[in-house]
Amino acid sequence: MVDLSVTLAGVTLKNPIIPASGTFGYGREFAEVYDLDILGSFSWKGTTRDPRPGNLQPRIAETDAGMLNAVGLQNPGMEAVLREEVPYIAKIFHGPVIANVCGFSLEEYAENCQKLDGVEQVKILEVNISCPNVHAGGTNFGSAPQSAAAVTRAARRATKKPLFLKLSPNVTDIAEIARACEAEGADGLCLINTLLGMRIDLNTKRPLLQNRTGGLSGPAVFPVALRMVWDVYEAVKLPVIGCGGVSSAEDAAEMMLAGASAVEVGAANLRDPWACKTMIENLPGVCARLGVENISDLTGGAHHG
Amino acid sequence: MKKSVFTLERTRPLTGDVWELVLTGDTSAITAPGQFVNLELPGKFLRRPISVCDWEEGRLTLLVKEAGEGTKELVRLGAGTALNTLSGLGNGFDFDPKTVGSAPVLVGGGIGAAPLYGLAGRMKAAGQRPAVVLGFRSKADAFYLEEFAALGLEVHAATEDASLGTRGFVTDVLESLPECRYVLACGPTAMLKAVHSLPQAGGQFSFEARMACGFGACVGCTIKTKKGLRRVCKDGPIFHKEDILW
Repeated sequence: MVDLSVTLAGVTLKNPIIPASGTFGYGREFAEVYDLDILGSFSWKGTTRDPRPGNLQPRIAETDAGMLNAVGLQNPGMEAVLREEVPYIAKIFHGPVIANVCGFSLEEYAENCQKLDGVEQVKILEVNISCPNVHAGGTNFGSAPQSAAAVTRAARRATKKPLFLKLSPNVTDIAEIARACEAEGADGLCLINTLLGMRIDLNTKRPLLQNRTGGLSGPAVFPVALRMVWDVYEAVKLPVIGCGGVSSAEDAAEMMLAGASAVEVGAANLRDPWACKTMIENLPGVCARLGVENISDLTGGAHHG
Repeated sequence: MKKSVFTLERTRPLTGDVWELVLTGDTSAITAPGQFVNLELPGKFLRRPISVCDWEEGRLTLLVKEAGEGTKELVRLGAGTALNTLSGLGNGFDFDPKTVGSAPVLVGGGIGAAPLYGLAGRMKAAGQRPAVVLGFRSKADAFYLEEFAALGLEVHAATEDASLGTRGFVTDVLESLPECRYVLACGPTAMLKAVHSLPQAGGQFSFEARMACGFGACVGCTIKTKKGLRRVCKDGPIFHKEDILW
């Protein structure tokens, strides 16, 4: 009997599979598809203080082995999430919830983290730092170690819950960003967010996405994510949630061998709503093949020996 | 929503770029005309949302217009090809007489005629007799006129070059139908807008959008309506006239 449980900053998950933020809403749609209690956790949709309508259509473009999205952080806002989604989540999922938090200023990050501090079922705050800073000409917080550190500091003061920073891959050296977050008291890291990309429509000769650019996800980004998880695992002592193009139990095992303690699954959910369920069912077989009785023994395994 | 494998039984070209695909498989999740299926294609990451033309137990008919790489490949797949399919997606048309009244008109533009065929069949079976107005660029682009006529319904065609039926657009035909108080429409956005602006009492309009998931999770296909943000895939694709913002 393989033990699939893993621990993230003191929070135990029954298995390492976590649907990634932005591909799972607040769980409602998937609760119609399968029993969410099979999941290790799920990361809810990136939530801002105020409701956001997101970008105009079109917001989705296909790529080879992946997709671009320019949804633009559409979400109902923190108050509505606390009022309507949190009580509903309590009915459809009984495990630890990861709350993905966004912000356009340090004050907003702090305010959002503080509001979630008292929500019992939220066990981890996952702070998305791939948001533009409205006070710094729209530069993403996640693009420089100083601003990533500043978000970590602001969030750290606002919550006692385990704090995971979700890192952007659109940087020169992700390990440097990771170290900056660690130095400011982060409890863990999640990586990667989507890679910035675009497509041009040959019929109109214009960018296909109304927003011009979008975030690339899907199997296309898996090797990039894997390499970054490897680099960050070497750079910091924090637990890492590996995210980016994971589509099978084998991919999850690779991500863990690179250094991930748990794995987020994003675009795969959109192509196959049962993707996480299938992965969880296949994990024991993969562990047996790899000769481990505790899946957590895979974490960082490729770095040793 | 159900995930199952449909098998392509046969394909038939209807025009230069519109094909009829007949598939066999489990249609039990399809509950209303106007819903769609999401087909996984070999080598493509995202599924292709295709509206249901008609269905019965064990059998599904789709009309597909070649629009991009995916649909070009789809219509050329051989008989016997197995297609991983999500079925029963979207809300579908509400054709209850209490909603649509006694003289509804089905209005289709180009490939938008597809879901109206299954709708027409079910309305007929329920004892309703909707008129049908179909618009095409020209006679060479027209399809399914005989199939609609075979249901015993009054069918009007409009073509931009007058090669078939009325010269002009579906709106030109609708203006000549004084009895029309309610429309059930599917077609290009420009057509939907033109029909929406007519003084009919009400109507339902089927929308299109680029989608990733097709079941409401990614919110990639969100549009603004008078009731707030709505997902074309899950809250739609059919929206009521009074809720639509252009």
